[in-house]
Amino acid sequence: MKTMSMMEAIREAMSKKMREDENVILFGEDVGAFGGCFGVSAGMFDEFGPERVRDTPISEGVIVGTAVGAAATGLRPIAELMFVDFVTVGMDQLVNQAAKMRYMFGGKINLPMVVRMPLGAGISAAAQHSQSLEAWVAHVPGLKVVYPSTAKDAYGLLLKAIEDENPVIFLEHKLLYGVSEEIDENMKPIEFGVADIKRAGSDVTIVATGKMVHDSLAAAKILSEGGIEAEVIDPRTLFPFDKKTILNSIEKTNKVIIVTEENKRGSFAGEIAAIIGEEGFDHLDAPILRLCAMDTPVPFSPILEKYYVPSVEDIVSAVKRMF
Amino acid sequence: MDLTNDKIIQMYKTMKRIREFETNASTLFAEGRIPGFVHLYIGEEAVATGICAGLNDDDYITSTHRGHGHIVAKGGDTKYMMAELYGKETGYCKGKGGSMHIADATKGILGANGIVGAGHNIAVGAGLSAKYRKSGQVCACFFGDGSTNQGTFHESLNLASVWKLPVVFVCENNLYGISMHQSRHQAIQDVADRAVSYNIPGVVVDGNDIFAVYEAAVEAIARARNGQGPTLIECKTYRQKGHFEGDPANYKPSEEVLEWMSKDPIPRAVAYILDNGILNKEELERIDQEIIKEIEDAIKFAEESPLPSLESIVEDIYTDIVEEVR
Repeated sequence: MKTMSMMEAIREAMSKKMREDENVILFGEDVGAFGGCFGVSAGMFDEFGPERVRDTPISEGVIVGTAVGAAATGLRPIAELMFVDFVTVGMDQLVNQAAKMRYMFGGKINLPMVVRMPLGAGISAAAQHSQSLEAWVAHVPGLKVVYPSTAKDAYGLLLKAIEDENPVIFLEHKLLYGVSEEIDENMKPIEFGVADIKRAGSDVTIVATGKMVHDSLAAAKILSEGGIEAEVIDPRTLFPFDKKTILNSIEKTNKVIIVTEENKRGSFAGEIAAIIGEEGFDHLDAPILRLCAMDTPVPFSPILEKYYVPSVEDIVSAVKRMF
Repeated sequence: MDLTNDKIIQMYKTMKRIREFETNASTLFAEGRIPGFVHLYIGEEAVATGICAGLNDDDYITSTHRGHGHIVAKGGDTKYMMAELYGKETGYCKGKGGSMHIADATKGILGANGIVGAGHNIAVGAGLSAKYRKSGQVCACFFGDGSTNQGTFHESLNLASVWKLPVVFVCENNLYGISMHQSRHQAIQDVADRAVSYNIPGVVVDGNDIFAVYEAAVEAIARARNGQGPTLIECKTYRQKGHFEGDPANYKPSEEVLEWMSKDPIPRAVAYILDNGILNKEELERIDQEIIKEIEDAIKFAEESPLPSLESIVEDIYTDIVEEVR
């Protein structure tokens, strides 16, 4: 057992797989001796050398495209995009190439590749370095989408992502790089499509992702003082998606609120709401609520940015309105 | 040039096989037997043939929406290609890809591609993989002049050159990006000029001269295999047909068409073969008949093959997920 931050957990998971399999390599902007923009790959260059931890030019298109070509020809690349916002530049390679190649080719080529992307607001990085774009990638058949909220989940899910034979998008919330916990380094990889109940409760189900898991847990504590016991569920993977755990919870609580950091319009929160509406309507005693970021670009000024993202208080008051 | 008569005959067969496949595809499309889009390679056969003649079986290629020629030249089976054009279960991609997405990993064919300029990036990845694994493999990346205005062209040549990857970039300058003449879509005449900015060799060859293409290919492939990095080969050629079948191509001046028809690569190769006594007329005729028969058989195979089952629609997206998609 070792106490690790999420950042260390991601680094350790990559390093563990790289020690086990020489076909696993990491590349991206400044991931080498510099250690990555956020420091995630710090020290890996020293351990694995320049062939396996490669700096690329600032060329997001060819970063993703290189991962596709390398994965199709025997490697298991991990590509890092410095911010999820930059995926726009590599979107063809992700959406038209990585996601579709296996299908278009009748299953003849596998693409065991991981694209890691930090996302989320909270550091005044403004509109082009702070978005939560999980709905864009979750929309695309052929991709798997992972979004952990804890260090341990990040460790176990990244082990699985690197072992997976398909393209996996691995989303890392910048503000969660510092959350830490004890992790058994020899733990088994965490299977995709298995949600985790982060807090058990009987009165309302809160489905949350990323940083909103932590804020929902804080809100649940406050709600508990007022006699409302919230069950907080983190889907952990958006595709495959564990409907069953959520529907089972709603069967018990009869109320659900979905809390994510996305722009509400066209969000993955909307997809979760639609699934619950289609398959869990009979369990519901109240309308499904979505609590998301506002439908604005992410603003710069700290006061505006804070207002943009749902807060603990927002979650508490939204839940209270359901009773 | 180091070319045996056997090799020359093989190259002729490949060009002829491509021409026969494409000519039939044109007819079948006009008859409504092939759905979707078909982009034909007629007139450009010497490029794919000359480049692939220099590659080994385990070398890679990336291709384009106009990919039939590349796939035939790299050893693709015309039977499975034709079945794929028909959307049949026996096609290369089980009817899920069609003309623009034929791939055969066993022959190093990393796929035709419907996105102009997308193959460049993938070729860099294959080159990185080959270099990292020290496999000695090379990737030939085929693309048209039109794609050299995409950002992927620059990103890929830059990365391949700075990492010295074993990639041969093969520009098929067929003078048109869809309907747009090269003189209207870029201010240079020779795409190869751009090699200067990557500090790699840029070579211009007559893309309708099979031997000139082969010679350039052999040199670039050797360079790549020896760890000296990529080369940009520009093959000047001509798309004899429209961009896609059904395109009347009335944007092409008739003098231009006539001029290029006179430079058709296949009669030129035939003349060389006859003039040098490599084959006589009867032998050539016998080869032609064999190829005509092969393509007839491929059409028959495609016609008689079953359509894909509706259940198969959810298969092959992921290696391990089927039910969640249904």
